[in-house]
Amino acid sequence: MSLELREIHKHFGPVRANDGITLTVETGTLHGLLGENGAGKSTLMKVLSGFHSADSGEIVLDGKQIKLASPHDAIAAGIGMLHQDPLVFLPFSVIDNFVLGSPGAWRLDRRAAEIELNELCERYGFNFDAHTPVRLLTVGERQQLEIVRLLWLGARVLILDEPTTGISADQRSKLFATLKALAAEGMSVIFVSHKLEEVADLCQRVTVMTRGKVVGEAELPTPPERLVEMMFGQVIEIQDRSDVGLGVSHLELDSIQTASGLLSEEPISLDVKSGEVIGIAGMEGSGQDTFLRLCCGMRAPMKGTVAITGDDLTGKHYREFLNANVKYLPAGRLEEGLIEGLTITEHFVLTGRDTSFIIDWGAARKRAKELIDKYGIKGTENSTAESLSGGNQQRLLLAMLSEDLKVLLMEHPTRGLDIESADWVWEQLLARRQEGTAIVFASADLDELLRYSDRILVFFSGRIIGELDAAATNVDEIGLLIGGRSLGAEAAASS
Amino acid sequence: MNRARITTLALPILVVLGSVVVLLILAGTNPWDPIRIIVEGSIGWPPFEGGSARKVGDTFMVWVPIALASAGLIVTFNAGMWNIGIEGQIIMGAIAAALVAREVSAPRPLLILLAILAGAAGGMLWGLLVGVLRTAGGVNEIFGGLGLDFVALSITTYLIIGPWARSGVASTSGTNPFPDNALLPSLGGSKLSPLAVAIAVLALLGVWTLFRGTLYGLKLKAVGRNRSSAFLMGIPTNRYLLGAFAICGALAGIAGTSQALGLHFKLIPAISGNFGFLAILVVLLARFQPIWVAPISFFFAMVAVGGPGLSLRLGLHGSLGGVLQGVLVLSAMLGLGWAAYLTRRRAMTESGVSSG
Repeated sequence: MSLELREIHKHFGPVRANDGITLTVETGTLHGLLGENGAGKSTLMKVLSGFHSADSGEIVLDGKQIKLASPHDAIAAGIGMLHQDPLVFLPFSVIDNFVLGSPGAWRLDRRAAEIELNELCERYGFNFDAHTPVRLLTVGERQQLEIVRLLWLGARVLILDEPTTGISADQRSKLFATLKALAAEGMSVIFVSHKLEEVADLCQRVTVMTRGKVVGEAELPTPPERLVEMMFGQVIEIQDRSDVGLGVSHLELDSIQTASGLLSEEPISLDVKSGEVIGIAGMEGSGQDTFLRLCCGMRAPMKGTVAITGDDLTGKHYREFLNANVKYLPAGRLEEGLIEGLTITEHFVLTGRDTSFIIDWGAARKRAKELIDKYGIKGTENSTAESLSGGNQQRLLLAMLSEDLKVLLMEHPTRGLDIESADWVWEQLLARRQEGTAIVFASADLDELLRYSDRILVFFSGRIIGELDAAATNVDEIGLLIGGRSLGAEAAASS
Repeated sequence: MNRARITTLALPILVVLGSVVVLLILAGTNPWDPIRIIVEGSIGWPPFEGGSARKVGDTFMVWVPIALASAGLIVTFNAGMWNIGIEGQIIMGAIAAALVAREVSAPRPLLILLAILAGAAGGMLWGLLVGVLRTAGGVNEIFGGLGLDFVALSITTYLIIGPWARSGVASTSGTNPFPDNALLPSLGGSKLSPLAVAIAVLALLGVWTLFRGTLYGLKLKAVGRNRSSAFLMGIPTNRYLLGAFAICGALAGIAGTSQALGLHFKLIPAISGNFGFLAILVVLLARFQPIWVAPISFFFAMVAVGGPGLSLRLGLHGSLGGVLQGVLVLSAMLGLGWAAYLTRRRAMTESGVSSG
């Protein structure tokens, strides 16, 4: 079944998640969809599977334009979506999960369904018992169950969203073999991933998306450097770093390890000096947030020590880190930072130094006005946090930081901001650095990482697979590391 | 702006009036008589005329526990908690006060002070239990609170038919009356206790001040609105949640004390009068504003005291008062929701126009 998407637009408020996407998937092909997090891949696939409806644009299936108002419409049209976390009902048995999405409300023929399930399993070499509860199945087996279920429901286009997360290498090769067999039978498969290697191994064609737009298409095989270039853009001239003398150690991690599952077993050591900026690269969920939470005391390491300006704070409560002037600003500004419904003034009162029981609102408003002016926040002292734009929320968060900050840990300092706000944020951060704050920030923007970091740590599957000197590396090298490719000849040549 | 204010104020009132009129017509009466009977039965007709002192006293003594419980609930609601356990906290307050009234002998002012403190402590203990279950045990405060409500109810029943049973009678109608020495001092000829009313007014003022002008109140609000952000700001979120339950429990406990020592003068199984649950509705209707709690609680107190007169005077069933309360709350919520929806829709179309 051939599938065509024409000029798909999908906005969420001011965010253009899909900005005029046109894409063709031919019958019987394995089509890769590659892009960093936030590129709009998932939104596009949700539009295609009926989960979201597009603001404008057409979906054409075998030459016929179709309307998808719900996932039910999509599966009826023959489009099946396998979500990143298989949508199964854990307490139910395999067979109950299998029949759950079948059309009709009343008639349920488990026995017939079971026969068909077993046939499908045999055909694709899957092996699980129809009466096992699904919670006993591995993630890989749950995927297999979802695949046969979608096939049984008549899917002719199969979408897989990051399907290799959390499954074993064995299951991955089995999955790939299955997908190849399905394509050979005439099924169109869309494989969404950020892993270069997997797309290169599996797919015949690849479309690369960035910031809601298609930025390139290629027949595979193609050199991985070309894909990296499409994903992250051309190497940008890096401005001269103003020289900041590094001072004493502000953040010192000595061979820390966490409970398994969060980060890999490998111990991590890191020493960040006063005035140093460390960038953290990696696909979302590669362990960066766990790492940052270890640095600010929200998680305690199982082994190893965390020291702030020479004081061993291992295992101490987050508030002791805060008192030692360590501050963590997570990515969700309105979720983990600001408080909906409270005004700017109230935010400053909450984070200010004045701890007297009765609030002096006159003084508080005056101080809020000063800070609003100083930080250029577009809003009044009575504006609530949620009424501010993303850029102004970030300004407010920075305005709330204490003055003598030792360590600032930040996720995506400029995500979703316009260029003016983004530049302003970095001006502020660099001024902090000048004053001696050590900054550790995670970002998906390679340009930002290269431009502002002294050192870049690249995370992949819960471990640091590369520590790079920002002055001596380039987009290609980081891009390859982010995609999980080990440093080969290319890296040796570039460094 | 002006039009929006009219919508948010007038619409709920219209919806409420409309549903009450429809309900009364369905019940087979004109809308005017029952309202008049409720007013007459609770504060007299014309209101507060001579000879209605007893009714007014009763109504105020029903107002006191509703207002106190509402004041407490404003605290827990602001902390983001549904304190369904408020009923249990009222009951435990009443039991603790009853214990002091029965077992302690002291000069009257001291005894009453002790009883009130014991009531506050009993309610606080029961409230903290819900809070500890929530913060340390991960038990949702709705389920923990509901469970503890039943436990408190069972303890009352046990005390009434067991250790505190009336001499020679095994009856669930209540304990022996408390000694006069332990009763809240009241104005002559009525149950109206200026002390209880003063405490309730102070509680409402206190809660108003707490959220209006103190850092503690602001931090509680921060915890209630976004626990992660509050935690990241360095606010000890669990301690604040426990604080909210302690304050609410203490106020509910004093409400129970007032029920035991100011209205019923003994411990009865239904000592809470369901005023805790009623207070939840009051607070929702008052939109968490202490200033609105006072009149709304008074209105509910009037319906509670005047409602039973409906059956005597109009031959309507006595439960009509309760039905009326329910309809009032539901229609008020509907009206408020409807007004909010209209305001939001207008805001959306306006912003759509300006951006488009």
